[in-house]
Amino acid sequence: MYFCHRSVRCWMAITSLIVVAIAGCNAANSSTGGAKHVKLSGAGASFPFPLYDRWFSDYRQLHPDISINYQGIGSGGGITQLTNRTVDFAASDAAMTDEEISKVKGGVQLLPMTAGSIVLGYNVPDAPAGLRLPRDAYVGMFLGKVTKWNDPLIAKANPGVTLPDLAVTAVRRADSSGTTFVFTQHLAAISDDWKQGPGVGKSVDWPVGIGAKKNDGIAATIKQTPGAIGYLEYGFVKQAQIPVASLENKDGEFITPTTAAGRAALASAALPENLIVWLPDPPGKDSYPIVTYTWLLCYKQYDDPAVAKALKDVIRYALTDGQKISAEMGYIPLPEAVAKQVAAAVGNIKP
Amino acid sequence: MSRHDVVAADRETISKPPTRFDQFVDRTFRGSTVAFAWLTILLVVLIVLQIAEKALPAVRHYGFSLITSTTWDSNRGQYGILPEIWGTLYSSILGLMIGTAFGVAIAIFLSQDFLPPKVELVCKNIIELLAAIPSVVYGLWGIFVVIPLLRPPANWLHEHLGQIPLFGTALSGPGMLPAALVLGIMILPTISAISRDALVSVPHKLKEAALGLGATRWETILGVVVPTASTGIFGSMVLGFGRALGETMALAMLVGNSNELSVSLFSPGNTLAALLANHFPEAGGAEVQVLMYAALVLLVITLLVNCLGAAILTKASARFSGITK
Repeated sequence: MYFCHRSVRCWMAITSLIVVAIAGCNAANSSTGGAKHVKLSGAGASFPFPLYDRWFSDYRQLHPDISINYQGIGSGGGITQLTNRTVDFAASDAAMTDEEISKVKGGVQLLPMTAGSIVLGYNVPDAPAGLRLPRDAYVGMFLGKVTKWNDPLIAKANPGVTLPDLAVTAVRRADSSGTTFVFTQHLAAISDDWKQGPGVGKSVDWPVGIGAKKNDGIAATIKQTPGAIGYLEYGFVKQAQIPVASLENKDGEFITPTTAAGRAALASAALPENLIVWLPDPPGKDSYPIVTYTWLLCYKQYDDPAVAKALKDVIRYALTDGQKISAEMGYIPLPEAVAKQVAAAVGNIKP
Repeated sequence: MSRHDVVAADRETISKPPTRFDQFVDRTFRGSTVAFAWLTILLVVLIVLQIAEKALPAVRHYGFSLITSTTWDSNRGQYGILPEIWGTLYSSILGLMIGTAFGVAIAIFLSQDFLPPKVELVCKNIIELLAAIPSVVYGLWGIFVVIPLLRPPANWLHEHLGQIPLFGTALSGPGMLPAALVLGIMILPTISAISRDALVSVPHKLKEAALGLGATRWETILGVVVPTASTGIFGSMVLGFGRALGETMALAMLVGNSNELSVSLFSPGNTLAALLANHFPEAGGAEVQVLMYAALVLLVITLLVNCLGAAILTKASARFSGITK
């Protein structure tokens, strides 16, 4: 019994020591923060996360007094946080709808920051990279109508390639995602069956296939499953070294996803004043068929002028120097005209 | 320690009544244990209430049809979780079968003097280490090791015995069998540890009596030791099943996340926990309410399983209580 009491006292002493220590640490931390230091926090799309992260850390090197924390929690989560005013900015692959914008007091400025291609990666043993897939073939694979890799539709487009008698396994996102939205939007634009059937959305009722979580889950599943085909962002294919299909575009050409083909697709549509444009099926001989912009979402009105000034400065940096590293990271740099248009729109953000 | 011991100890030293401070510490300690115990219960009740409150609009709107329909289409506002309920139960039962077979075998092997005591202890700790492996590692192991290993035999079974519904589809990649297999391994430490404790606590005299009557070691183990410990073994199964029902990450990676209702072992499927994990981060409005409804269904299933387990356990222990005492 005596021992018990002593150990209780001992614990109380230790606990109080810990409490004092933590309190001391906090005090030390808060005293080091200078008055000029600006912290920006943002959340949203995971697709541009690697690029944004690189931009923000590069920017931090040049401007040590501004730190930016961006979390790639997903487009929908970003929009929710922006609406609840828990972040300074957000990012989304699927631009906000008018209804969503109307919920944010003071208005939202959408700024396209970069663009990306969505590619079809596959795992067909002994087949070469850059397999040509006609439109009917890849829509059919995700509808469950094309079930074998040696289907005449695919064989006809790839003369000289021996395709195995292998079952097609469609791999798609299990979580809801901006990537799925862009991909299904493209499928609905080129196929009535898709439009009437699964439709367009961040997650749809898939007729066939296996669901995997996030882009890396799709990449892993494709690599591990003979006969698999799945859609994912170009940057992830580069890392995972998965062969990528050449897709038939609106003009009937088979296009391999490259930066040039992506830029050609972007050039096919002009940005309207609200800077929201979709390219469900871009025309042009050299255009890669599935591309999308990705947006940064900012308030039009900020309470703290320092935050607004810092944010505008970061965005200007991303639109100029930042665009130079987009291509090497697997994204499509904005066409110059677009970058200028976006830079002008940054002026709409008021302190 | 009884009261008399304390008095005796105090006489030897300098006897004195507890000080105010001692009394204060005693009371605070007792008060805080009571408070923490109630707080835990309150927390569970609060979680259930909060989920129920958020789910209420969906329960009103969809009612029972959510449980019986099979489409999940958030764009058209059609929701159904029958495939997920089926997948949750199917994968958990399969996992439980695998986990029990191996877990009980291990428990017998590690408790009936097959190994020197030191080796036994080492093996026991290694198996309990399985419980410390993070779920996501099991998932990755499943994707990169289990699925490629299972694919050839599974597809051979499908080709040759495809008429049997159990082998009705080919295993392309993620599916019910790899998910259940990994789930079985995940709940194995729970089952083997508790079963082993039950087997160890079987009184030695029972074993000796059986051996004395001329039973072989084999007959003693299967005829006397295991039945006597069956309450504990069953308890371990209930706990393992509960864990299997709620397991999320590894299943989300291995089950295929496909809204399919199939008895085939090789077909992709979905589970309630995986559905919640996949859809929550991006859900908004009505979908959140439906997901809360699905969470409520999962809670009810888990509760039912636990109650059922507890009921059977009390019955079984009443039957065997004469032997163990």
